Amino acid sequence: MSRPTARHGVGLSVFQRRPEVTGGLIGLVVVYAFFAYLGGSVFMQAPGWSSFLSVAAEVGIIALPVGLLMIAGELDISVGAILPAASLTTAVISGHYDLPTYMGIAGGLAVGVIVGYVNGLLVSRTKIPSLIITVGTMFGTMGLTLGLTIMIAGSTGVFMTPDPISKALLGQFIGGMFRVTMVWWVLFIVVVFYILHISPWGNWIFAVGGDPESARNAGIPTRRVTVGLYMLSGFAAAFVGVSQVITFQSAQVAAGQSFIFNSIMCVVIGGVLLTGGAGSVIGIVIGTLTFSIVNQGIFFSGLDPNYGSIIIGVLLLAAVLSNDTFRNIALRYGSKKS
Amino acid sequence: MSNQTPVIELRNVDKSFGPIDVLHEISLKVNAGEVLCLLGDNGAGKSTLIKTLAGVHSPTRGQILLDGKPMRFSRPKDAQEKGIATVHQFGGTFPLMTIGRSFFAGVEPTKGIWPFKVFDRSKANQIAVKAVQDFGITRIDDGDRLVGGLSGGERQSLAIARAVHFGARVLILDEPTAALGVKQAAHVLRIVNEAKRRGLAVIFITHQVMHAMAVGDHFAVLIRGAIAADFRKGEKSREEITDLMAGGETMSDLEAQIEGYMETHDGHPPQVASQSDA
Repeated sequence: MSRPTARHGVGLSVFQRRPEVTGGLIGLVVVYAFFAYLGGSVFMQAPGWSSFLSVAAEVGIIALPVGLLMIAGELDISVGAILPAASLTTAVISGHYDLPTYMGIAGGLAVGVIVGYVNGLLVSRTKIPSLIITVGTMFGTMGLTLGLTIMIAGSTGVFMTPDPISKALLGQFIGGMFRVTMVWWVLFIVVVFYILHISPWGNWIFAVGGDPESARNAGIPTRRVTVGLYMLSGFAAAFVGVSQVITFQSAQVAAGQSFIFNSIMCVVIGGVLLTGGAGSVIGIVIGTLTFSIVNQGIFFSGLDPNYGSIIIGVLLLAAVLSNDTFRNIALRYGSKKS
Repeated sequence: MSNQTPVIELRNVDKSFGPIDVLHEISLKVNAGEVLCLLGDNGAGKSTLIKTLAGVHSPTRGQILLDGKPMRFSRPKDAQEKGIATVHQFGGTFPLMTIGRSFFAGVEPTKGIWPFKVFDRSKANQIAVKAVQDFGITRIDDGDRLVGGLSGGERQSLAIARAVHFGARVLILDEPTAALGVKQAAHVLRIVNEAKRRGLAVIFITHQVMHAMAVGDHFAVLIRGAIAADFRKGEKSREEITDLMAGGETMSDLEAQIEGYMETHDGHPPQVASQSDA
């Protein structure tokens, strides 16, 4: 975090210490201005904001723990399968079997935590790259979801009617337009910010990503950190899945694939180092907003929506390149005096 | 000197991995305030010996004694808790973390009550900077600087200061000067002397005879897993030690080569450019 010390004051040093945030902010403003110009007043008013904030909230909830994992040096691809698995579990429990909604929600979230636990266990006990492991668990979860849903419900889509309290908490549209997920996103931001930047565990995450061997030597329980982070990302993906089924009252096996790359994209645009060891929650949030503005702004702009992918691709490359530069500035910071 | 109980002692330690014997009958003693230089060429078994001392491997046969009492370490953490700290070639620090954060990695100072514990950044920075400055590295004055922005020598110093701060009594330095230039290496050697002055038992692993002679009280040459020579300061010349390391036989050709190399490089390997030297 960019809390200034007494010695250096605010000024330039904050931007030198957290250069990726500065770069991210500039990118965010440029992208917003671009689409505000093309999309006109509709994009700048409630409809525009609600559309990109809805996208940002969903992908953002997943991007936060995926970002923590990336800071710890790991990837999680399985979020794309956990999301539909959780929404189907909720729908099967509360829709097909007609049990109370809270049981469905608990079941859905449990699926995410369990898959996360398996991921964490496999990643921390073997030397196989986490990319491969989570691709494996993604396919495993997807297959199980499909097979079990068809076996139990007889089709690949399941419907449910949530009780009013659950609907208000997870599936409401505030003002008829803004999904309640946005509030949850803010809560996730606060919690993850606390974990990474305020609590001592944040230090463990940075250390594990920076140099796992030294981290273990320093007495950090690296395995528990990894397992915990995977459980958190599983929980977050399941949370989005559950909130989707409560909002739309139906669950589909195929939902969720887009979240795999989108969450990673948000994290990388937000300045998290792909190889681990560096990143910030503010950066991830900025990356998520930038991504969502492009993702939705394209529909307001009158451009061919296919061009949206090009813009996201360019943004991603620009982010990675500029982050490298900024990081070097940060490394040099302070060494020039004396 | 002789009736002092060594801080750490190895008695006839063997280590084999399956059918392969890596260490044979290693016996060593290090007293408090003494530097033991462990010399040896690549593959001589230095790393296995360090790992055995640090609790990564446990000896196949033989004993490790700490303050005269036999010890058995099953995990590196056991050794650490007994005050045996290992500092690796690159300092074992985290390039993209701040000095304060990496200094306290795993043992973060906190304020506030559970579950709202807060990492006490200013305290961490203050202690870390003071610990490093006490070792004479006055250039480090801001705990918010990233470790990656320090020079190789400063990183080593930070790692050593960290180990000492957390109560190390035996300091194992694994080739701390290998990747450093002349000035940076001198820096680290001063830190080693400071650690010695503070009464630590230091085991200094190197294959640079000059560096060893600058700080060592006691030397052991390791060849193919066995101690080929064990002598005290001043008992052997640099040439003799180099010969020993090269395999024990006086190979005049090799010696000439080494001499030539030392001549042109002032007894050091080629200098590695470090970032903050700019």
